[in-house]
Amino acid sequence: MGLPAFQTVLDEHGPALHRYLVGAVGIHDANDCFQETMIAALRAYPTLPHDDNIGGWLFTIAHRKVIDAARANGRRPVPVGVMADSAGPVHDAPALFDDDLWSRVGGLPSKQRSAVLLRFVADRPYCEIAVALECSEAAARQNVRAGLQRLREDVK
Amino acid sequence: MTKIETQLSAGPPTEATALEEAMAAFRRRADREGLVEVAWTELDTPVGPMLLATTDEGLVRVALSRAEVDLFLEDLADNISPRVVEHPKRLDTVRKQFDQYFAGRRTSFDVPVDWRLSHGFRREVLETLYTQVPFGHVVSYKELADRVGHPRASRAVGTAMATNPVPIVVPCHRVLRTGGALGGYGGGLDMKLHLLRLEGALLS
Repeated sequence: MGLPAFQTVLDEHGPALHRYLVGAVGIHDANDCFQETMIAALRAYPTLPHDDNIGGWLFTIAHRKVIDAARANGRRPVPVGVMADSAGPVHDAPALFDDDLWSRVGGLPSKQRSAVLLRFVADRPYCEIAVALECSEAAARQNVRAGLQRLREDVK
Repeated sequence: MTKIETQLSAGPPTEATALEEAMAAFRRRADREGLVEVAWTELDTPVGPMLLATTDEGLVRVALSRAEVDLFLEDLADNISPRVVEHPKRLDTVRKQFDQYFAGRRTSFDVPVDWRLSHGFRREVLETLYTQVPFGHVVSYKELADRVGHPRASRAVGTAMATNPVPIVVPCHRVLRTGGALGGYGGGLDMKLHLLRLEGALLS
């Protein structure tokens, strides 16, 4: 028994990956990031160790593509509240969502944002989030906590 | 869960077709970059939905039922390459020929066959069947054993038929028991009857 067919990976993780990317880079860039992530994954797939955590591995690639996309667009994280007034696309998601919560998610520091999105939007377990963010499981939990905290504070 | 967590879990606002479009764009690019080593698709036929798979070399697998899709994909991944991706367009020609066949407008398939899932004696038997038993004809397990030069190997010929990776195109439905009894068929005897009637090889 080798690796499952890549089709199985697409079916199992495609929808959650797409939701995560929409949350992370906005709907307009999500399709490109999805394509980039899946192409990179498919290219590397045959060399993946059979017992590897495929979900964690896939979201690691996705997280890197999100960072690449932000860099390519010359975007950088800015303090919450600034982007609403700014003219250009200063950050990934916020300018692309009218919805208040998702604008605020876009305003989170990138690691917290990815952690929150992976946990709640993509519904990934902490062990996979740690793999994706290349940190410890404790740090993954801490980033989710800090991100949520910040989102709550913003409401006040 | 707090309100924020619930809202997050509902996902960001997006369009219903966005995922589908992203998948389609991925498929096109993956194919363009030569990363789809096995392309597969579903096929609707008058005898039920089937599954088709192709490599660069040709049609490599036909499954006579949609029900075995998991096994179908696993088998392709294990025996050819894990780079298995649904890609209907790569199978357009095959699909068209199947449609024509089932409509009674085609008597032979004109697509390259990739034989790699069949080996040794079984493959020899299947290739003989493929080249020597045309539309509308039938042959017995025994006759086929004779044709490959192993007259006592009817049973092994039966096994070769049962493991045919590309049924219909490689016409194992044209192989019957001596005396004309139907024998077996992977897609069920009703399907075998349907195909033989379609080809005019059986009366009514």
